[in-house]
Amino acid sequence: MKRRRWRGTTLFLSLLAVLGATLGVKFYSAGQQPASTTSQPTTTTDPRTAAAAPSASTTGASAPATTAPAAAGATKTITGAAISTRYGDVQVQVSFSGTTITKVTVLQVPDQNGRDSQIAGYSVPILNKEVLQSQSAKVDSVSGATYTSDGYLRSVQSAIDKLG
Amino acid sequence: MRHVETVMGVPMSIDIRDVGDHHAAADDAFHELRSADELFSPYRPESELSRVNRGELAPEAIDVRFSDVLALAERFSVVSGGTFTLRDTDGRLDLNGIVKGWAAQRAADLLRSRGLRDFCLNAGGDVIAAGGPAPGRRWHIGVRSPEFADRMLAVFSLADETIATSGCYERGSHIVDGRTGLPAGELASVSVISADLTTADVLATTVYAMGADGVRWAAERYECAILAVTDSGELIDGGDLRRALAVER
Repeated sequence: MKRRRWRGTTLFLSLLAVLGATLGVKFYSAGQQPASTTSQPTTTTDPRTAAAAPSASTTGASAPATTAPAAAGATKTITGAAISTRYGDVQVQVSFSGTTITKVTVLQVPDQNGRDSQIAGYSVPILNKEVLQSQSAKVDSVSGATYTSDGYLRSVQSAIDKLG
Repeated sequence: MRHVETVMGVPMSIDIRDVGDHHAAADDAFHELRSADELFSPYRPESELSRVNRGELAPEAIDVRFSDVLALAERFSVVSGGTFTLRDTDGRLDLNGIVKGWAAQRAADLLRSRGLRDFCLNAGGDVIAAGGPAPGRRWHIGVRSPEFADRMLAVFSLADETIATSGCYERGSHIVDGRTGLPAGELASVSVISADLTTADVLATTVYAMGADGVRWAAERYECAILAVTDSGELIDGGDLRRALAVER
């Protein structure tokens, strides 16, 4: 459960970063294009930092932020850039009334088929220790790439050929 | 009661623990496996696959099982961005990455339809663990160490689950990354645990071809647990692997 919570937190922080980046691009850095030169995952966890340095938090963006046409001060809907995170792309759409956020719509999150997957790995020491422990268990059957050698298959082939 | 036969060029075994005489059911299960080989073998000139490759069969004349497997394989190919490939390097249809798991799953479904609950079907290293070997016990399925044929890399405790393993230690690099056409080579071994063996078999092949990144790819998209070993011997896990390890806690 800890891992799941942690994942949720990460996702939440990623969303915050996207939000921050979107706001940063929109309101603090007009005329400045977000950089999209590397595919490093988003690591910024502080939305204020993201807002102050949009280029750092929008690395890996595969689409620039777009703005729906709207009059100043009226309701606007802005689609954020798709941000690469270590879990996949995250993209949100934010509605504003003036400068107040009225709605956030998540357009894209990792694992869209909705599976509640536990994708965070175990810590390496725990994994290694438990795998090692399991090795001493009694075995009923063995899984392995027991595809036989090419030689064996060629032999089967020749037998089939002879049969024909 | 244990039945062993060589099908598709690999040893296959069915270990039935339900009480009673189940020879007839086991025979039928092996018949299912052999008929899959007759359909999909690239080594048999008269197989459906060979005839399709020679352009001898009109689409409507193709066996429904063949088109089912083809459709399944195509879906996995799309989802994997082309990593899982339906064709060999010469461009001919080659469904070896899915057929063994699919056929074994059908054979197991047949056994279940005959009322069997506790059996272990091992199709050349792809295993279906149904029920348990004895009341209150789960099947313990070892994964062969990629380095040493007589050692276990890990042992899993499974009940009504399947496990498939891909590696290069038996047949050289027979798995190709469909995106590049090059032999896969980042991982020494990949095991996938899933509810059905078709999925486990395809995912093991695909993750092996994708390399280390494939572990997360599969864990995000499928209900499965994964244990991979890199060429340098590091372990990578995906999904809820720990639950499946045969470790007393």
